[in-house]
Amino acid sequence: MYVAVKGGECAIENAHRLLAHERRGDRSIPDITVQQITEQLAHAVDRVMAEGSLYDRELAALAVKQARGDLIEAIFLLRAFRATLPRFGATEPVDTAAMQVRRRISATFKDLPGGQLLGPTFDYTHRLLETPSADPPPPATAAPSPEPMPRVTDLLLADGLIEPAPPGDPETPVGDLTREPLTFPADRDVRLQNLARGDEGFLLALGYSTQRGYGRTHPFAGEIRMGEVELEFFAEEAGFALPLGSVTVTECQMITQFKGTAAAAPCFTRGYGLVFGHCERKAMSMALVDRALRADELGEQAKAPAQDAEFVLSHSDNVQATGFVEHLKLPHYVDFQAELGLIRRLRATFAAAPEKDASERQEAAE
Amino acid sequence: MNAPAYNFAYLDEQTKRMIRRAILKAIAIPGYQVPFASREMPMPYGWGTGGVQVTAAILGPHDVLKVIDQGADDTTNAVSIRKFFAKTAGIRTTTATCDATVIQTRHRIPETRLSEGQIIVYQVPIPEPLRFLEPRETETRRMHALSDYGLMHLKLYEDIARHGHIATTYAYPVSVDAHYVMDPSPIPKFDNPKMDDCPALQLFGAGREKRIYAVPPYTRVVSLDFEDHPFKPERHDGSCALCGAADSFLDEVITDDHGGRMFVCSDTDYCEQRRRRGEGPPTPVAEGSEA
Repeated sequence: MYVAVKGGECAIENAHRLLAHERRGDRSIPDITVQQITEQLAHAVDRVMAEGSLYDRELAALAVKQARGDLIEAIFLLRAFRATLPRFGATEPVDTAAMQVRRRISATFKDLPGGQLLGPTFDYTHRLLETPSADPPPPATAAPSPEPMPRVTDLLLADGLIEPAPPGDPETPVGDLTREPLTFPADRDVRLQNLARGDEGFLLALGYSTQRGYGRTHPFAGEIRMGEVELEFFAEEAGFALPLGSVTVTECQMITQFKGTAAAAPCFTRGYGLVFGHCERKAMSMALVDRALRADELGEQAKAPAQDAEFVLSHSDNVQATGFVEHLKLPHYVDFQAELGLIRRLRATFAAAPEKDASERQEAAE
Repeated sequence: MNAPAYNFAYLDEQTKRMIRRAILKAIAIPGYQVPFASREMPMPYGWGTGGVQVTAAILGPHDVLKVIDQGADDTTNAVSIRKFFAKTAGIRTTTATCDATVIQTRHRIPETRLSEGQIIVYQVPIPEPLRFLEPRETETRRMHALSDYGLMHLKLYEDIARHGHIATTYAYPVSVDAHYVMDPSPIPKFDNPKMDDCPALQLFGAGREKRIYAVPPYTRVVSLDFEDHPFKPERHDGSCALCGAADSFLDEVITDDHGGRMFVCSDTDYCEQRRRRGEGPPTPVAEGSEA
């Protein structure tokens, strides 16, 4: 005899207990430390900070550990924590021209003021599987260059070859998706925030699609730079901007196809990407998608997925996406029961129909 | 790292005020979807974050909370959400529909008639009833503003042309107070009539889609239909194998691998109350037989 399913509470507790056990793995192997993750799985930590929208290496590493290396789960943990934090205000705009640069490359000029700086990169490594050295030789060093490192886009702008970046308006507060719901049409500040929090894989695929002709923008990686920028917060009480510290960011400026009118000379356009941490793939993808989403503004016909703001912005968030996809695991007995009733009725009608209709129906079905 | 201390019912007061403003607006415009700045909750989007935020915003220390999923108090997600509020708000919880002041639900309306002073909070996955006819939010908002629901009637008509009747069995669209067409959340259409002229306040929260909407008490809620194809609430024609109820929505339970099945109340509280009063199946049910 059937009895109503009881003991959900006990089952949940036991499942969590089992999860904790499996998370620990073989207990004869040392427990991984948060510091080991921050130091040795730095890209995982960076991605979790970027898409979790919270710059805290230690918490991000803790989330990676708690999530057993499932980065979307770790991002979710960080986001849920972030949602509970008080909001004091917004920092002053960061000046990436003043970045303490650790990596800076341009694909558009062989040499340029400040030079090319490869920094720590997987580029040009041969992807041969090997055990990384536990004690690699110390890195090569050189005296820091006193030469300033202006942004490539600023150099082009001096000649009027690229559109200027839109001027900031201190009177207009920037949008914040975590405080106001997304509405359409969405302005570029909100779009950029959405992309900066968006799933790397989703943006990568969309950016890639623009390169393959679905909303082509003829992009050049004008500049990619990664390093530390200073954050400042304007304190009303003090009457001046206070330094908060520095964060690592990756910035990508894509130089893309022209715009121009009868009245204005043609010039290059921009796609912009800025991401917490060292997340180059994400910053580049973001810049491609940002540019694609400017189709309307630049008078281009928007017909590719990457140019469709409603499509891109509504589906970029992996915490939302994973929640809704995975909610299919929840019980749906009731709606399924309603559907079962309907399909049984439809099948009964079908079976009761006179035999001679069957062949016609067969054709119609095909 | 110290464990962070959370506010009563988890959400901070600022967020609660923001949600309450959205709720008040929703009550003032029955059936209208009010955008709100939905927060990341400590449970996944799609698992009731909208309902949880609405509940968190309206709970007071003297409230008694009931949480159901598929009509049942003991399904895993209902257990999880009930525990969440028991822990973060320290409030009393119940499984009895009549004892609850706030009922959070997924996919069902209790069989026991709700009463004045009660609030039912629905978890909503896709708040937009027109979404599967028109994917663009900019378009659907315009359609609601103009009460332009021709597309919806056309869909229902096409169902009739193709199947002989309207082939929507759950999340069956309703018209609220003769204006907005509203998604009642994925409740079976059997439950739709319970929304009409309901003495309780009905609130709907969609966390991922960032929308709140409401049906104030004693509001007219009409399931869409045609004069020659009137709306019919549907249920499996039979009675509960445990309590004998012939008027409740039934879940089908497969009892063996030879096609044996039985039907039981999806509303576990309703079923238990009936059994407590000594009600039982009308005739003994043989193992594995079809009820």
